[in-house]
Amino acid sequence: MKKQIHLAAHFPGVNNTTVWSDPAAGSHIEFDSFRRFAETAERGKFDFLFLAEGLRLREQNGLIYDLDVVGRPDTFTILAALAAVTEHLGLTGTINSTFNEPYEVARQFASLDHLSGGRAAWNVVTSWDAFTGENFRRGGFLAQGDRYERARTFMATANELWDSWHGDEILADKETGQFLRTPEPGAFQHKDEFFDIAGQFNVPRSPQGRPVIFQAGDSDEGRDFAAASADAIFSRHSTLKEGQAFYTDVKGRLPKFGRDRNELLILPAATFVLGDTDAEAAEIAREVRRLQVSPQTALRFIEQLWNTELPDFDVDGPLPAFDPVVSDTLISKGRASARMFAKDPVALANDWRARAEAGNLSAREVVIEVTGRQSFIGSAETIATTLNELVQADAADGYILVPHITPAGLVPFVDQVVPLLQERGVYRTDYTGSTLRDNLGLAPLGRPGEATATRVAS
Amino acid sequence: MVPTSTPLHLAVALDGAGWHPAAWREPDAQPQQLLTARYWTGLAQQAERGLLDFLTIEDGLNLQSDDHFAPDSRTDRVKGRLDAVLIAARTAPATRHIGFVPTAITAYTEPFHLSKAIATLDYVSAGRAGVRVQVGVRSDTAAHFGRRETPPLRADDIGDPGRQQLITDYFDEAADYVEVLRRLWDSWEDDAEIRDVPTGRFIDRDKLHYIDFEGRWFSVKGPSITPRPPQGQPVVAALGHAAVPYRLIARSADIGFVTPRDTAHAAEIVAQIRAEQATTGRAEQTLHVFGDLVIYLDESESAAVARRQRLDERAGTEYHSDARSFAGTAAGLADLLQEWQTAGLTGFRLRPAALPHDLTYLTEKLVPELQRRGLFRRGYEADTLRGLLGLGRPANRYAAA
Repeated sequence: MKKQIHLAAHFPGVNNTTVWSDPAAGSHIEFDSFRRFAETAERGKFDFLFLAEGLRLREQNGLIYDLDVVGRPDTFTILAALAAVTEHLGLTGTINSTFNEPYEVARQFASLDHLSGGRAAWNVVTSWDAFTGENFRRGGFLAQGDRYERARTFMATANELWDSWHGDEILADKETGQFLRTPEPGAFQHKDEFFDIAGQFNVPRSPQGRPVIFQAGDSDEGRDFAAASADAIFSRHSTLKEGQAFYTDVKGRLPKFGRDRNELLILPAATFVLGDTDAEAAEIAREVRRLQVSPQTALRFIEQLWNTELPDFDVDGPLPAFDPVVSDTLISKGRASARMFAKDPVALANDWRARAEAGNLSAREVVIEVTGRQSFIGSAETIATTLNELVQADAADGYILVPHITPAGLVPFVDQVVPLLQERGVYRTDYTGSTLRDNLGLAPLGRPGEATATRVAS
Repeated sequence: MVPTSTPLHLAVALDGAGWHPAAWREPDAQPQQLLTARYWTGLAQQAERGLLDFLTIEDGLNLQSDDHFAPDSRTDRVKGRLDAVLIAARTAPATRHIGFVPTAITAYTEPFHLSKAIATLDYVSAGRAGVRVQVGVRSDTAAHFGRRETPPLRADDIGDPGRQQLITDYFDEAADYVEVLRRLWDSWEDDAEIRDVPTGRFIDRDKLHYIDFEGRWFSVKGPSITPRPPQGQPVVAALGHAAVPYRLIARSADIGFVTPRDTAHAAEIVAQIRAEQATTGRAEQTLHVFGDLVIYLDESESAAVARRQRLDERAGTEYHSDARSFAGTAAGLADLLQEWQTAGLTGFRLRPAALPHDLTYLTEKLVPELQRRGLFRRGYEADTLRGLLGLGRPANRYAAA
């Protein structure tokens, strides 16, 4: 059997992917948008819906960033509501391990897993910044170097909580009056540098045992973290070469954690533009890029890289001739891409200028070229072929698709590309499992204390 | 006092298999289903058929125990529960009118998270969300979080001055907590999303506001990541049995749940809360005071009393709740509610002793009885919970007049 493709849908978050100016673009907060998006994904037999999270509104130059979609729901709450309007779709939520406590997150995911009949998944992210910390009672206390260590122990602690109930405690025998088999279910005790907690967990074991674990970190530490404890990686490497390099690297790390290569799925985020022909799709893709990078947005990107305000800058002219301001203080706050820029801004600025010169490009045109080109562009036939080739070539195990129109952007993909993948025998025609783990091809978790279930290949 | 014909409000308090500790052993109980969406959806739909204003869902950050302040090792009680906010969110899309008021614990959780969770519940229910805040002062709960020391409390030393100060502090913290929830709900003005193509702006950032809350226990910057919810301000409720919580109700809540012993006691509690309400400058605002009652309803009083007795025998002890119990017929309960209403209570939160039995009687017997007496709605008259409670949609505190 050919390697099977996994597909998922990312409800677009707060960046410039979404072309909100398009008349077809709907609400990013009304429940109906989420419902329609999820229903479309389920119609396409997708594994799961994915939600990002950001716990402080982004700022630039000391002001709330106003050019992208702003505003989103609470992750747990919206996923629980989506469980009511879907039957099979996995519900993957990003939850920060820095601004939460293990007991609470563990009970929320266990609750979501119960309420969805085994469809919960957690994308574990870490954060350290005091900027976001200002919204939380415990503040931004974490040193950057501690964030993975805290995330690791947070995960370990959450696992101990999920495993504190074995799954056979509830007897509920009306005749004898015995509800529990054991007097102290859920007992746990955990002490380390970050958490010193003990007591009884109050959510009995959920259908999956615990949520499916996603990880998105790209650093060496992040990759090790994922290889050690994640079920799937949400990566950003959607091209063939980069995808294969990432895939090989991360899968290669699994043996040192005693894990099999089928125990971790690599699922890059991907965007797409469909057209009746490849030429039409390319034309639409160019237009979408122009809309995603409005003149105002282009200016903000350039300011982020140059790390300074450029009040009278003309984005239709050349890039700034001077070098970026190198500083630990960034004008952009709450944005991961700005931190990427800050790694070596002078070199990156030189690269942008070189591209401008080579292509005779304006500042805005450079931004259009270097940020967020779509992953899949073409007719349905072309996209189905390309996507399948990438998966068969081990550049990925599947893709998490981010449409540029909410909520209907997924519809053409589901209507046109999914049937082609099904015809080729590389994509399911119906859900086969009852839990998200099943649908992802991950072996069920044994009960704590039992021997690990036989592992099945995905 | 003369019975009034002012319509009253009705809510049902859902918890596990019902409030009686032996409820899960009743013939129609579904003790294996307590952690399923289907169970909660069925209850919510039943409550909605009875045209109830809202349902509440109990919660706690510890395993249930008979002792209010400490864990126990009993194996004959329902133990284990799901997060109440998530039960509400999972259930709300399967209903259209009834409000959802899940319990949230204020002592350990983040107000920023809870604010957006309740705002989101308001979005997924199209304006039917509320939250019941509970302080959750238990040393075993504190140990689950490890971030703050809470000395063990016991029922018999609760009057001790040191304990009283601790309790006062926790309730003051809860008041700060509600203030943060409310400011965050207002931190976006209703028309902040503009989608102005010529200027490329999705929002008008002048309509987003830092809340800059700084209190004794925490500070929160804001604004929320979630836009202002449909109701503007979801409904806030709190349960109280004494002066300190009454002050929280008066200062911060839209609904107080109270536990009177009788009509005179109800009048006393209402007077206390109204006085506090005036002191905090909220005299002009609608503040509901609901009486809580544990209910055992049957076709005859003797059947209800016998059922209570059977439940008590099975539990091995007489069940005493913080709220008064009523065992009898729907007509008898209607008489009692009508009498208590004269004390100034504006509604009732009924705690079914056993589910689904007492909820079914509530909706199929009590409600029609109250309707006959002109005391309860014959159809949902509003689309939002605030609307059902006559609260109106509040202006945003940050919007320029």
